Amino acid sequence: MPSLANPTRFLSIVDAVVPWLAGLTVLLLGFGLYLSFFVAPPDYQQGETVRIMFIHVPSAWLAMFGYMLIAVASLGTLIWRHPLADVAAKTAAPIGATFTFIALVTGSLWGKPMWGTYWVWDARLTSMLVLFLLYLGLIALWQSIEEPGRAGRAAAILALVGAINIPIIKFSVDWWNTLHQPASVFRMGGSTIDPALLTPLFVMMGAFTLLFVLLHLISMRAEILRRRVHALQQIEVQRAGAGA
Amino acid sequence: MRPWLALLAREIGLAWREGGAIGTALGFYLVVVAITPLGLGPDLNLLSRIAPGVLWVALLLASLLSADRIVHNDYEDGTLDVLAIGPLPLEGIVAIKSLSHWITTGIPLALLAPVLGLLLNLPVTASPLLVLAMLAGTPAVSFIAAIGASLTLGLRRSGVLLALLVLPLYVPVLIFGVATVSAAITGPASPWPPLLMLSAFSLASIVLAPLAAAAAIRNTLR
Repeated sequence: MPSLANPTRFLSIVDAVVPWLAGLTVLLLGFGLYLSFFVAPPDYQQGETVRIMFIHVPSAWLAMFGYMLIAVASLGTLIWRHPLADVAAKTAAPIGATFTFIALVTGSLWGKPMWGTYWVWDARLTSMLVLFLLYLGLIALWQSIEEPGRAGRAAAILALVGAINIPIIKFSVDWWNTLHQPASVFRMGGSTIDPALLTPLFVMMGAFTLLFVLLHLISMRAEILRRRVHALQQIEVQRAGAGA
Repeated sequence: MRPWLALLAREIGLAWREGGAIGTALGFYLVVVAITPLGLGPDLNLLSRIAPGVLWVALLLASLLSADRIVHNDYEDGTLDVLAIGPLPLEGIVAIKSLSHWITTGIPLALLAPVLGLLLNLPVTASPLLVLAMLAGTPAVSFIAAIGASLTLGLRRSGVLLALLVLPLYVPVLIFGVATVSAAITGPASPWPPLLMLSAFSLASIVLAPLAAAAAIRNTLR
């Protein structure tokens, strides 16, 4: 890990990894989509709409994965002052927010034929919505503070406060109202989903995770380069000011 | 103990003399509750059913109005720098400031709530429990608001940002607060479990929020 702390070395590793990772992501995503649309059988109750699950469940998983990543990176920012940690946290927020949004939209499209309405104030939907709001708060805080160092630490504090709060929010919302089906993929005594649907789901979850990592690496690279350009511009301005 | 009490007296005195700080929150609370029936129609049955929710949501909004006052004024005039350099730990200072916000905003709002409940046809028998639930829940509101206020210190449009950051964190307060009052009105569930959960959330906020708020202030003053 210490060797990754050097942004230049990190950039060269990213440059080497990204093409391979991109190829792998495209292959796995293509395979997953093929499985989801042509191989997986329609559900005996839900019919073809069950295919929404292959987008919905991986997005919901990445929504939570993204926040966990931000929370761990925030610890890195506050405790070890790791120079890449706040870059990681900053760039993960919009990606995580997007996957949360996709999970909410696909869930709502799935809810219409299944529950008869686009939106219900069910516990899981509500906690995903709150998670989306937390993401928006993080992004807004990043955008409001100009100095990156200060913004990074402020966002890290907020992210950790949110990380402590998410289980409490989850619990309180569960207590409030529950309609969504209980956990069915990972549970004691094996999954309740048929293997014919489960295999494409796992492939899609793997593909989406690779996609997340790929997008995250690319936007971390962009953020590092953006900061360098900014620093160079400031040097330029200072030099021009000294010359005049 | 004496410096803490002096700080608390200073905070409360400032809030009191600032003129309108306490009154604005109470007036805002009254206005929000008063315009709700205008939007929903004067059906008393409907109003009494939604009264706990309306009272709680309006209370959260009213306390957010004065939330940036917790640290903002002291940051502007430099008092916060002096306090931060001084011998008292910053966590304790933030805790005292949040406590003073609770005393000057949370308690008055909680005491006004049953009066506004009359406007919404809230059964009078539920009033004691309403006040109790609000007294138990408002410490969490003030202490969490202190985190938001410290994070947005010195930023432009800090008020709107503060609301965006803090309101999602109030979800548990809202749920357990409304559940307590609703249980008192309609039964058959006991109001005590949600009230105890609400108190637990408040106590946890009192302990943890000053740590986060103090870290945010240090980050700004550095």
